[in-house]
Amino acid sequence: MSKKEVETTGHSWDGIEELNNPLPRWWLLVWYACILWGIAYTVAMPAWPGIKSATAGVLGWSTRAEVAEKIASFEEMNAAVNAELAAADVTMIKPGSDVHSYGVNMGAAVFRANCSQCHGSGAAGNFGYPNLLDNDWLWGGTIDEVAYTIQHGVRNETDEARYSEMPKFGADELLTDEEIDQAVAFAMSLSDPEGDGTNLVGGTYDVELAAAGAEVFEYNCASCHGEDGTGDIYQGAPDLTDAIWLYGGDHDTVYDTVFNARFGVMPAWGQRLTQAEVNAAALYVHQLGGGQ
Amino acid sequence: MWNYIKLAVLGVAVILFGLAANYGRDFAYQVHALIFMAAAAITFIYTLRTTGDVKPKPEGYFDGVVRAGVIATAAWGVVGFLAGTYIAFQLAFPQLNFEFLQGYGNFGRLRPLHTSAVIFAFGGNALIATSFYVVQRTSAARLWGGGLGWFVFWGYNLFIVLAATGYLMGVTQSKEYAEPEWYIDLWLTIVWVAYLVAFMGTIFMRKEKHIYVANWFYLSFIITIAMLHIVNNLAIPISILGSRSVMVMSGVQDAMTQWWYGHNAVGFFLTAGFLGMMYYFVPKQAERPVFSYKLSIIHFWALIFIYIWAGPHHLHYTALPDWASTLGMVFSVILWMPSWGGMINGLMTLSGAWDKLRTDPVIRMMVISVGFYGMSTFEGPMMSIRAVNSLSHYTDWTIGHVHSGALGWNGMITFGALYYLVPALWNRQRLYSLGLVSWHFWLATIGIVLYAASMWVTGIMEGLMWREVDSQGFLVNAFADTVSAKHPMYVVRALGGVLYLTGAIIMCYNLVMTVRRSPVKADVAAAVPAE
Repeated sequence: MSKKEVETTGHSWDGIEELNNPLPRWWLLVWYACILWGIAYTVAMPAWPGIKSATAGVLGWSTRAEVAEKIASFEEMNAAVNAELAAADVTMIKPGSDVHSYGVNMGAAVFRANCSQCHGSGAAGNFGYPNLLDNDWLWGGTIDEVAYTIQHGVRNETDEARYSEMPKFGADELLTDEEIDQAVAFAMSLSDPEGDGTNLVGGTYDVELAAAGAEVFEYNCASCHGEDGTGDIYQGAPDLTDAIWLYGGDHDTVYDTVFNARFGVMPAWGQRLTQAEVNAAALYVHQLGGGQ
Repeated sequence: MWNYIKLAVLGVAVILFGLAANYGRDFAYQVHALIFMAAAAITFIYTLRTTGDVKPKPEGYFDGVVRAGVIATAAWGVVGFLAGTYIAFQLAFPQLNFEFLQGYGNFGRLRPLHTSAVIFAFGGNALIATSFYVVQRTSAARLWGGGLGWFVFWGYNLFIVLAATGYLMGVTQSKEYAEPEWYIDLWLTIVWVAYLVAFMGTIFMRKEKHIYVANWFYLSFIITIAMLHIVNNLAIPISILGSRSVMVMSGVQDAMTQWWYGHNAVGFFLTAGFLGMMYYFVPKQAERPVFSYKLSIIHFWALIFIYIWAGPHHLHYTALPDWASTLGMVFSVILWMPSWGGMINGLMTLSGAWDKLRTDPVIRMMVISVGFYGMSTFEGPMMSIRAVNSLSHYTDWTIGHVHSGALGWNGMITFGALYYLVPALWNRQRLYSLGLVSWHFWLATIGIVLYAASMWVTGIMEGLMWREVDSQGFLVNAFADTVSAKHPMYVVRALGGVLYLTGAIIMCYNLVMTVRRSPVKADVAAAVPAE
């Protein structure tokens, strides 16, 4: 600004005066350019609201269409590997192959959307919902067993579902009160290798009652849970000798389980997911660490 | 007579707040009722003791409240910067969320304390104090309303205390920069109306023919903040005796209202208000006329008309309809040049006085402030473009952008104003030490550079990591991967905060020493028209 002769406006506030310089030309031109671009952009894109809807823009762009297009492009790109996964025998998919990494990634997404509500976002389970990270499987932890469980579910209304039903020993009066007390104590003693009346998860029981309960257990429980109490994956009967408890290993919870029984349900996901998604979920769950 | 009415009202207020404290349904509400009660009781006792005193008719400018505002600005500034530096370290080293701090001093509680302390306590007190100073000087009139200025100052700072203690106790309506609950909002509304009345009253009583440009900006800030505050805080209390409330609007309407508010809090609080500051203190310190009267008119009206539309750019790629998102983006881009009008007027005012940059560190502070203003008002429109936003949104880039504006523009212009005001208000010939001002300048500038640069790096890295997909289209990185990748830059950011805080503490020392040691100036300014 070499033009030092520019006049002031003649105002003065507390000694502050104002020069009468014109608007800088570059400033005005850039601003006009922004305004023109803005008008053009609002013609091209959805922009001006009306009473019921807004202008759609001559380019027909929308965020929904943009997402749909991206999803379609990825689906097209993955069509071949997706078909391969759907048709595959899950036991034959080799780790490191394209179809395996596709399945595990896709399974993680399927799991987060469909399974995490019960099994937890990290698959560590919840009260009544099994932990999928450990090596303790109710219905078998090989990949084809896992896939079957996902496909058909547990104790639901489909014919192929995994099914078994524990009797309500107390509620249906199958055992006397004394026998129930004995059975509970014995069941708890199975996970007490030291035999000191405190099991692996800190639940306490009466050692003498437990000794008396061996017979009750043998006649009423061993057919499913096994004579040694290690469970049976063909009947979904849990192993009672370890520290893993689906509903809890303290006295009151075990009593409740024996008295009222449990009836955990899982949907038949094959009815809702595609075959590729079921296989993907099986691959994902199997590689979490507990797969057999 | 007036004093007796005041005593009666205050007495009733003490009793009512006492009852509220007794019957309150939650702890925070009870604490706040006690704070209100204490404030009313102190005012009651003060009024009682001064009733009947013969007061001399006030003369000259009402500078007592400005002096109090200057002290509050500096003190809250240090508190806000300290809180910010601490939470920056908490992000870098999560162990600093100590077990004994849980529920009061963890990051989630301290973060709104930091934002409100710097924006509302530091920035708000600076705006109130400078606006009271500027409107009196440029209107050649005493602040209107008798003691109303004191009510605004103490009332506003009571609001700050209520908001800050509320955050620590978890009282929040979860709206960014509008966290305080309903009763605190009502109190701020009363204070703000008093502020508007005092400011408008002074303008009506002015002895100058025209209203100076700084006052246009201050007035637009006061009026718009009143409107934004009321609309965004429309809520129904669950109980008159509890601290919780339910927002009137819900879903995407609520989100849009919040960001209409949030963006214009930036636009009118942190931009228009501080431009008012710039339009007075830059020409005063440079002793030069404002560059262009015409530019000030055009950019003022363009700024306030366009800013109010730009809020939807905070909600790109959300449930907000595409048309609203487009409009938010377009108005943001058109806003670029009107924002820069203020920068041009600020910088070009120095033409013919560029040599002062070498000799006067206060001018240097103001110039770098206007420079950061220009940088962040370019960065903002750029980030509002949908394609850029799809990378930058939710990342640290946004945090960096906010801080280059807040630390660079708002902070530096306020420091400049404080360095101008303290000698003027306490009637001192000069500042205690210009060398210390230079130290402050360099510490703050390097601090901002560390902050902004580290946040650009982490922000862009984070955005790229979030969108990185493998050959089959699956995301490569988990959120935690980005967190661990950002750690070194978080440490750099926190160190930037340490530098900035150190600068502010040096400033406080310099200002205190100015009042205590600098030689007294002879004559006192009187309220007379400049011509």
